[in-house]
Amino acid sequence: MSRMLLRVRERTIHAALFASALVSVVTTLGIIWVLIQETVAFFGHVSPIEFFFGTHWAPLFEPRSYGVLPLVCGTFVVAGGALLFAIPIGLASAVYLSEYAPPWTRNILKPLLEVLAGIPTVVYGYFALTFVTPYVLRPLFPRTEIFNAASAALVVGVMIIPTISSLCDDAFRAVPRSLREAAYALSATRLEVSTRVVVPAAMSGVVAAVLLALARAIGETMAVALAAGMTPKLTLNPLTSVQTLTGYIVQVSLGDTPAGTIGYQTIFAVGSTLFLTTLAINLVAQRVLHRFREAYE
Amino acid sequence: MIGASELFVPRIERRRRLGRLFAIGCGVLSLIGLAVLGILIVRVLWEGASWVTADFLTSFPSVLSPESAGIKSALWGSIWLIAIVVLLAVPIGVAAAVYLEEYAPQNRLSRFIHLNINNLAGVPSIVYGILGLTVFVRWCRFDRSVLAGALTLSLLVLPVIIIASREALLAVPKSFRLAAYALGATKWQTVRSHVLPAALPGIMTGIILAVSRAIGEAAPLIMIGALTYVAFVPQGPLDAFTALPIQIYSWSDQPQPEFHHLAAAGIIVLLGILFPMNAIAIGVRAWHQRKKAW
Amino acid sequence: MVNVMDNPPTPPTDAPDAPLMRIPTRRPSAKDLPPSSELVIRAERLTIRYGSFAAVHDASLEIPAHRVTAIIGPSGCGKSTLLRAMNRMNDFVPNASAEGSLFYRGDDIYRPGFDAVELRRRIGMVFQKPNPFPKSIYKNVAWGAAINGYQGNLEELVERALQKAALWEEVKDKLHESAYALSGGQQQRLCIARAIALQPEVLLMDEPCSALDPIATARIEDLIDKLKSQYTVVLVTHNMQQAARVSDRTAFMYLGELIEVNDTNVIFTKPGNRRTQDYITGRFG
Repeated sequence: MSRMLLRVRERTIHAALFASALVSVVTTLGIIWVLIQETVAFFGHVSPIEFFFGTHWAPLFEPRSYGVLPLVCGTFVVAGGALLFAIPIGLASAVYLSEYAPPWTRNILKPLLEVLAGIPTVVYGYFALTFVTPYVLRPLFPRTEIFNAASAALVVGVMIIPTISSLCDDAFRAVPRSLREAAYALSATRLEVSTRVVVPAAMSGVVAAVLLALARAIGETMAVALAAGMTPKLTLNPLTSVQTLTGYIVQVSLGDTPAGTIGYQTIFAVGSTLFLTTLAINLVAQRVLHRFREAYE
Repeated sequence: MIGASELFVPRIERRRRLGRLFAIGCGVLSLIGLAVLGILIVRVLWEGASWVTADFLTSFPSVLSPESAGIKSALWGSIWLIAIVVLLAVPIGVAAAVYLEEYAPQNRLSRFIHLNINNLAGVPSIVYGILGLTVFVRWCRFDRSVLAGALTLSLLVLPVIIIASREALLAVPKSFRLAAYALGATKWQTVRSHVLPAALPGIMTGIILAVSRAIGEAAPLIMIGALTYVAFVPQGPLDAFTALPIQIYSWSDQPQPEFHHLAAAGIIVLLGILFPMNAIAIGVRAWHQRKKAW
Repeated sequence: MVNVMDNPPTPPTDAPDAPLMRIPTRRPSAKDLPPSSELVIRAERLTIRYGSFAAVHDASLEIPAHRVTAIIGPSGCGKSTLLRAMNRMNDFVPNASAEGSLFYRGDDIYRPGFDAVELRRRIGMVFQKPNPFPKSIYKNVAWGAAINGYQGNLEELVERALQKAALWEEVKDKLHESAYALSGGQQQRLCIARAIALQPEVLLMDEPCSALDPIATARIEDLIDKLKSQYTVVLVTHNMQQAARVSDRTAFMYLGELIEVNDTNVIFTKPGNRRTQDYITGRFG
């Protein structure tokens, strides 16, 4: 191929590849633009004060009310419950995998945990609704409602265990061997080396893992849509039905709310809240993770 | 010297015992997640295995008689979706990764794109649904079609493909590229003949993971209007559709227990597609780790 | 301050009694001490393998109390492995195995059922690259003692350990600052203080100065010299002059075998083995 043609081809390819990379930027801009437009329109009808501080959420039927706090509360109960369940298990798995498990166990356990992460969330929703509530929660707590936050929190917790476990495992393995050796040379047992040297040294990695898992739990949709219910309320009781930010958005789209109405615009207002929350948490987590990696590499 | 040591009460046996308890505790906790997985699979099989028949796979869902309902429409809907997603997201994703790893200068724009992709990976899938609803269903007027759904899902899994491909490209040793350049190859020739083939297993793993994710997602599809009771198979990309996870969702949401059996059967089909895919992905990765020439 | 460049090795002269090299100025207390009557550690036909490779082969070595014993030899000769065998740190290498015996105060530490954790309280270790914990200076020194149930006053213990490690004056006002804020030489002295805080009997030092600049090195050599009145020191070093300056006994290893063990001044003036002589005169390594 002539030299000229070769250069033209190289340039075209370069441009095509660059355009592909820009798709991601365009996506982000698209998300922001789409959300802003309708959210601004929404706040033309509803005051931000009522939205962010109101305690009653009833946008689709009379008497209308646009306080988002019940949804936030529902998200908080489910995500918080999920973390309460997943953090001890995820951390323990990570400690076990990185400090105790022989290589063959590790090679089996790690992929199995990944399988856990790969199961679609509808399946977890089904499991929560048809098994966890009737066979686990109800026998223990007879006043549990059919739809409740606890079953959703439990399965979302199971869903995020691999996130915590795998990121913490990476964090522990990043702690240099020399620190462990120093501790063993001071007559420490394996327990003391793991819990009093490795985990504290990896703490910012652990924090980043928890934050990322939190963001995932907040964004989780199908499991809560199936299991947690559709009644927004401001409550900390996990045995009753609640509605999360994501659950509400699903509810509206399954219904028939015409475009241009305030009801339609609530999708975007709630969506913006969701987007900004998870974005903020993810950004902080990445900052923390970045600084942790710098310290050890 | 030995006298001074009497100030230490090391209680080694006690610390050892604590250590053993702790190890057992950690092991048990680690297994809880897997135990739940086991219970879930057993439960699903128990509820649905007898309902997965040839009829099930080839009939349409019916609101009136659950016994004769099937997932034909959902299955074909998913197949249509995945085909389009693979056609769209894989080339763009791999191309973007190649650009970012091989071509992009180390400047603020590249770092920003990198940060941006990491953030996109963490955006909840329902937000992608909102994006797809506004852009593809309304602005592009694709309405609630397979195309709109596939486009939305492509945007959703694009970060997954990009991140996995970047890691695969990063793992290719610099010496591969240097050797090719030293022989007078252009950048694209080097990438195409040396780097990409070496990174291929990692990229394949990323693609399989992305496809697995796309097959299982329901939220964005619900947002763009995928229907929950569809009694036909899409004939073209602009047709309405449903998908496996949506069908499972709508069956699970019904109060009657027969529908729960149907949901379980649907889950078996879904997992029956996903598990082999993930097994292949893990296998490819493990094989690659061992066979690497570097 | 010892000038490291003082003494290039000179080739042997014809006179059979002429010393092989001029020994650099030795530390004050190292001047030919009488042989110590106590044996703290005794290795007997010790072989350490990693998989099938024997890093240390059939080594028999005696470590006298309150003296500095140096182990020298070219890279890869197994001296670190031999050192780590003494406090069973080799246990942490995946396929390490040991044959033979190593007696600490008469007890074979490689017999089945021997408690290695207890051993490491009495035989401490300082590593090549300083590895303080990412904690405060105080917590670094106190950590080992706290883990091991120290019953006395922890603050006094920390102060005493830092004084013995010649670091107290420099850090007494910033005990609660991060250990990572210290210089390399200071961090290494902190690691020595940390090991000393457990009041061990023996200090194993694995090339403690190789990551440090000459000034920091000199300070640590001074320290080693003072430490031996209270502890027994086993020092691995690839720096021959350092061994000559600081140690009382020297063991020369080559390819996993102990070639020669003797008083330092003998090794460096009239080595008995041809290989020792070649190494000392710089013919290899």
